[in-house]
Amino acid sequence: MSHQQPRPALDHLEIAAGNGLLHRRAFLTTGATLAAAITGYTLSETAAAQQLTDAPWSTKPGVPIPEYATPSPFEKHVVRTLTNPRGEPRTQHARTPHHLVNGTFTPNGLHFVISHSGAPDIDPAQHRLVIHGLVKRPLEFTLDALGRYPMVSRMAFVECGGNSAPLFSNEPLQAGVQTLHGLVSCAEWTGVMLSTLLEEAGIDPRAKWLIAEGADSLALSRSVPMSKALDDAMIALYQNGERIMPGNGYPMRLLLPGWEGNMNVKWLRRIKLVDQPGMSYYEARTYAPILPNGKAYQFYFLQEVKSFITHPSPGLKMSGPGFYEVSGIAYSATGPVAKVTVSADGGKTWAEAALQEPRLSKAFTRFRLPWKWDGGPAVLQSRAWDEAGNVQPTRAEVIARRGQTKTPVTNPAAFPSQHYNGPTSWAVDRAGEVKHVYA
Amino acid sequence: MCTHRRAVHASAVLASLFVFMFGFVSAQGPGLGHPISEADVAAWDISILPDGTGLPPGSGTSEQGSKIFAVKCAVCHGESGKGGSAAALVGGQPLTSGIDTTKTVANFWPYATTIFDFTRRAMPWPRPRTLTSEEVYALTAFILSENKIIGAGDVMNAQTLPKVRMPNRDGFIPRFPERIP
Repeated sequence: MSHQQPRPALDHLEIAAGNGLLHRRAFLTTGATLAAAITGYTLSETAAAQQLTDAPWSTKPGVPIPEYATPSPFEKHVVRTLTNPRGEPRTQHARTPHHLVNGTFTPNGLHFVISHSGAPDIDPAQHRLVIHGLVKRPLEFTLDALGRYPMVSRMAFVECGGNSAPLFSNEPLQAGVQTLHGLVSCAEWTGVMLSTLLEEAGIDPRAKWLIAEGADSLALSRSVPMSKALDDAMIALYQNGERIMPGNGYPMRLLLPGWEGNMNVKWLRRIKLVDQPGMSYYEARTYAPILPNGKAYQFYFLQEVKSFITHPSPGLKMSGPGFYEVSGIAYSATGPVAKVTVSADGGKTWAEAALQEPRLSKAFTRFRLPWKWDGGPAVLQSRAWDEAGNVQPTRAEVIARRGQTKTPVTNPAAFPSQHYNGPTSWAVDRAGEVKHVYA
Repeated sequence: MCTHRRAVHASAVLASLFVFMFGFVSAQGPGLGHPISEADVAAWDISILPDGTGLPPGSGTSEQGSKIFAVKCAVCHGESGKGGSAAALVGGQPLTSGIDTTKTVANFWPYATTIFDFTRRAMPWPRPRTLTSEEVYALTAFILSENKIIGAGDVMNAQTLPKVRMPNRDGFIPRFPERIP
């Protein structure tokens, strides 16, 4: 196809909501040319075509293929942001750059990590998992033994209870999606169902909870209801096909799909069945958010239905008016994502986004919607529903129930509260800059 | 072929008999867990429950705890627990300021056993699980006493600690009551 051919008219595409949002299937019926025209943020209507020539890399053999591949040197900026890179005696956070990746799972090197005392350097041959307490037969498992059990694989997001906490600030923290929402990631986890091991140990009917404990220096522990343990809890051994990353719990972690990240105990070494919760530091204090009336929620457990837009978002500059794909991720602890709507006018009008299949329960679902940006101010938001009928609340609804700070939050490592699942608003100005606002 | 089938059949019968007799092969898994006694787990079993289950023998007072604190804890938590590079362990504002309130032992923690549990498993930060049970009881008594939750001379042990009534004991609402066992 010649570059001189006129582009097809764009104006007949079906408008689905204000400020240029198009019908989610607009391009599926319009042909490949237009589809190609919206895949990036650099489309220019006026760029003159140049005569193509061979680049240097096309005129000689390339570099040797390494044993373990890493991304192109041109992708060096696609990294996690760290809050405590020297490992000082406090919590470390490594946040996923959602604006620089796409699809529905997170590469292992970019999966978020929160560690309260670093990553222990565990020799897998010496690591042991013990199940004891209210069981008929206390048992000890080696990694080799667990590797012989029937395994299952499933996609699951893991989200820190404190992800998105800057949205509790009374003024919008000027930051992008990595800072605001980088403490959630999604991976394919492979391992042994916890129910298999618990049945082997023999569950005493008096057991109502289990206490899971890590082999880290804090021996981090959390209490989990037996109902969750017997539902879909997994002793995960693999993350996206390879052994779990050290920061994510090597050589094994507890996976509680959809539940508060801190409960998915990493470096898991002990499970004790008990008749009451342990009221550990992290459940009695840290992940118990204070409410405006002075009471506090206890045992929040669920990472409720939520969505946010990753493209565009702060740091991704719009390169002139025209077509873009608005895209983001949605997820819920209570079932597959059923619907996502997108607004480009600050929530006045909404259009339904296309959802990437398969829509898996308790995993990321990517949503996409074509957008014809006219170059004027716009405010982008998304809102998600899950198949259980839960809807992502507005920010006003979250704040009414949970409160907000009296002074602006300026430090993303400050967590004024937890479990924010309201929307995020991105304002696009005439220069194409994207910034965080409340709308 | 026929012989082989019979052999498979025989081993299946044997396996069934084995399960029937000993009953410890899971229907879902191969049963590769190695039996271990609770005595063998004892060194790892540091779980403390709010009713006092798991608390070890020993005891301590605030006066003893004060001396240990100065040597092993004050470097991070400040003199007498007033706060330093790590959180203050004494004091705290009322929770009526909502999310702007800093959570402390005195204004937030619902169970005194959590102090013992976390101190024993995680402190001191560079050398966790090096404190003796006596030291952990003494430090727990010190923190509770400095916060005026127990008397200056009260002895903390496996009997007294679970009976300590924390000020914010009733300050909590389960987020999803239907999910609490």
